[in-house]
Amino acid sequence: MKPVSLLTKECKTVSYVSGPLIFVQAVKGVTFGEIAQITLPNGEERTGQVLDVSKDLAVIQVFEGTSGIDNLETRVRFTGEPPKVDVSIDMLGRIFNGVGKPRDGGPEVIQEASLDINGMPINPYARDKPADFIQTGMSAIDALNTLVRGQKLPIFSGAGLPANKLAAQIARQAKVRGEGENFAVVFVAMGITYKEASYFMSDFERTGALERVVFFMNLADDPTIERLATPRCALTVAEYLAFTHNLHVLVILTDMINYCEALREISTAREEVPGRRGYPGYMYTDLATIYERAGRIKGKSGSITQLPILTMPDDDITHPVPDLTGYITEGQIVLSRDLYRRGADPPIDILPCLSRLMNLGIGPGKTREDHRNVADQLYASYAYGRDLRRLVAIVGEEALTELDKKYLKFADELEKKFITQGDEDRSLERTLEIGWDLLSMLPEDELKRIKLDYIRKYHPAYRKG
Amino acid sequence: MIAGFISRISGPVVLSDHMKGSKMYDVVKVGAEELNGEIIRLDGETAVVQVYEDTTGLKIGERVLNTGTPLSVELGPGLLSSIYDGIQRPLPKLVERSGSFISRGISVPGIDKEKKWEFTAIAGTGDHVTGGNILGTVMEYHIEHRILVPPAISGTIREIRSGSFRVEDPVCTLEDNTPITMMQKWPVRRGRPYKTKQDPHLLLVTGQRIFDTMFPVAKGGTAMIPGGFGTGKTVAEQTLAKWSDTQIVVYIGCGERGNEMTDVLSEFPELVDPRTKMPLMQRTILIANTSNMPVAAREASIYTGITMAEYYRDMGYDVALMADSTSRWGEALREVSGRLEEMPGEEGYPAYLATRLAAFYERAGRVVCLGADERFGSVTIVGAVSPPGGDFSEPITQNTLRIAGTFWALDTSLAYRRHFPSVNWIKSYSLYLDSIQEWFVKSGFPDWKEMRDKTMYLLQKEVELQEIVQLVGPDALPESEKAILEVTRMIREDFLQQSAYHEVDSFCPLDKQYWMLKVILTFYERISDAMIKGIALNKILKLPLKAEIGRMKELKDVEKIRSIIGEIDKKVAAMEVER
Repeated sequence: MKPVSLLTKECKTVSYVSGPLIFVQAVKGVTFGEIAQITLPNGEERTGQVLDVSKDLAVIQVFEGTSGIDNLETRVRFTGEPPKVDVSIDMLGRIFNGVGKPRDGGPEVIQEASLDINGMPINPYARDKPADFIQTGMSAIDALNTLVRGQKLPIFSGAGLPANKLAAQIARQAKVRGEGENFAVVFVAMGITYKEASYFMSDFERTGALERVVFFMNLADDPTIERLATPRCALTVAEYLAFTHNLHVLVILTDMINYCEALREISTAREEVPGRRGYPGYMYTDLATIYERAGRIKGKSGSITQLPILTMPDDDITHPVPDLTGYITEGQIVLSRDLYRRGADPPIDILPCLSRLMNLGIGPGKTREDHRNVADQLYASYAYGRDLRRLVAIVGEEALTELDKKYLKFADELEKKFITQGDEDRSLERTLEIGWDLLSMLPEDELKRIKLDYIRKYHPAYRKG
Repeated sequence: MIAGFISRISGPVVLSDHMKGSKMYDVVKVGAEELNGEIIRLDGETAVVQVYEDTTGLKIGERVLNTGTPLSVELGPGLLSSIYDGIQRPLPKLVERSGSFISRGISVPGIDKEKKWEFTAIAGTGDHVTGGNILGTVMEYHIEHRILVPPAISGTIREIRSGSFRVEDPVCTLEDNTPITMMQKWPVRRGRPYKTKQDPHLLLVTGQRIFDTMFPVAKGGTAMIPGGFGTGKTVAEQTLAKWSDTQIVVYIGCGERGNEMTDVLSEFPELVDPRTKMPLMQRTILIANTSNMPVAAREASIYTGITMAEYYRDMGYDVALMADSTSRWGEALREVSGRLEEMPGEEGYPAYLATRLAAFYERAGRVVCLGADERFGSVTIVGAVSPPGGDFSEPITQNTLRIAGTFWALDTSLAYRRHFPSVNWIKSYSLYLDSIQEWFVKSGFPDWKEMRDKTMYLLQKEVELQEIVQLVGPDALPESEKAILEVTRMIREDFLQQSAYHEVDSFCPLDKQYWMLKVILTFYERISDAMIKGIALNKILKLPLKAEIGRMKELKDVEKIRSIIGEIDKKVAAMEVER
């Protein structure tokens, strides 16, 4: 039992309840952003946060919802504290609810520190440049959209597409070559179903990684507004593990669309001027305060890498949530329904994919000297092959030149052999080898983006000879 | 001093009572932690304050102190190679004070007050000076930092000394006892004065083919780069910051990624300016207000940056200002406006968005500076715009389009196929073509305009031909039009595409640009002629010329590129003889 400060203020002046908000009158000395404990007439305890405060009115968002709150008996106690989460290295292997309370039936965590969940922005000057190549074992990512430590790389998925499988596979296979097992995973579930969450849990269990994972679970039937706190609690823990205990933390956030829905709900309840599709105008800033908590810091050996998953409503990449996410994160991995139907596994559509930090993690000494060139060439040739598909649909394959037919074949084979890999964990060398094999389908003088030296060194025609 | 009390807190907006007598845009200190804020509305006794730091933990009834001065920046030696947040707090100093994370209520001077600078007087005792006159100089790295008489001051010099001074030490005293120091303060929301504005007519050389040759911007002009995410706005801005031929660069990271600023910070000190051979960082001022830093400071960061740019302009320098991205600035305006419960305009943006944008872009320009001598200085603004969903019909893009002189439209589909810079040559335009033409002629490129127009004609023709190809297939085209498709592919791949990371190609001098284009256009002329004489296109294309043209980018030596023209002539002529 924590000591209760004598200065806390309690009142019974709830005047207005609407959606997830309650308005409390005649309060003095309330601070902006502090936590309020709400006691319902039936004795139930709930938690809320002050969103707006003026001389005699405080607006509180209630994390667990407002059902059962009345404007007569309900008592509100202001704690004077910002929302905090208890952190400890012992949280590894445990399961928590959306606000950091154990939900696995285990004992309370003995706190090493209690930290403000909003954190503080990392000083850009104190950031260290991400530079370590993470081998995910996925060809489409390693070769073409390389992930590096300290990056935030979201997966844009569609309803029914296997984003979870991909995320779990990455979490399972990700390693920095030549380094020990100094890693942890923070898994943040926001509004996903129990089935989805248990998929991850059993996958971690199967691979024996469970004791390196901290779970934060706000499932589909848990209070919506709690979702606003969930990623912040989780990232606070991640920051603690990374920058105090020097672990390399991979944070998987799923599903960001549910988080944004909660944000919209609060915004609507506050009668704010809506931006696009009813989402609040400040959603960019709000999302940035989550995504920007990835990174490395000078003088500290830990790091935070984020892998947010979000389901694009109606596969629409211009929907506000994927759109704003794309503006903040350092690239994106996009899944495509079209490729999924063609049987690609994982169905990564490489054309709209991007890793902005790729150049920092590849090249001689990090991956291989020809990496950049091979990636560029695969991209350019595949894009051309895809364009031809459209042409073929109209004029038929016969109308193509011999060369164009080769490109068409190249695009098909790339999807079948390079992108598709099932459960295989490919080393980078293997990935590049497949890439070269594919490129050798094209005439050598079409490989304009590759230096001649590399062609001589790596091209299969020279390898054999 | 006016002091009031907090009466309401809503995100970055705080209301304060008992503030009668305050002026608009006065800087206030909010609460016990003395958070920085600025008055943005007055209503009776109540002042509405936007706070530049996180307001969590502020309490109703805490004190609000009005400093009585508007938001200002400190200008003087020591600005170059600095990195600031949106309200001119040096980020390295913040690391010293609060560690890797930025905490609140820290106040740090923008310029180091202890450092001594070697001042060399130019003006002498008894000289009559007015605002903008040069008193003396200080070497700031390799750049001559000219110490100017502040705009509103004039008089006769009683005493002026060369020597080693701190920025706040008076280096000069006027007859009326007015001391002049090396440092001045200037309110960020007011443009610094100049004598007259001039039409921009000099090219801002950026070393990028798509910009310099195709869609140039003039020194003192304005340009905008809109594009969806992943189209390379930031790379384009950084490339411009690296290679523009201005003496000073101000780079504002406004509401963008932290890792990107780290990238700039680690890269710029190592990169060398191709003209002065000095580290790029030494001519650069960085302003970093990343997306997770407070929004109100993001709003201010644009003004902080432009004021510093104007300060160096007043010394007679050409300054380039990169703002990445102005959309985030607009969103900050929107957020604060929403908290003020103002009537929203389009998409929730305030109705004054267009006015604010215009006022910002109009601070660019080529001017005759204040002062006795005829100095010219310029500020060029390049603003990135991040339209939601890549949709150019949104308010910030549209309002900027009305003001900006050059429009570089980034294209998602080009980015998908890794055509970089992904500037769409059909949608982009430059309004400076005519005013710059003379400059090109004088610089030894007399037929630049013709070549550019010819290139544009071919590219436009390509679009039309592509439509036909989509319908009936490439075989249906006559030979002459197939030739156009071949050449435009060459223009696209071998000329317009330019790698920002290649050691040679990342910076392409103007004469190289000129000859590269010349080679391609000559190639087109020769094959057109040859085809009239009855030589089949297929045969010509089998010549080893294509590969040679394709490798032009990587050549350093312009002579080698010029010599390709001779080779084209020779090989095509040989073919004609053969026949």
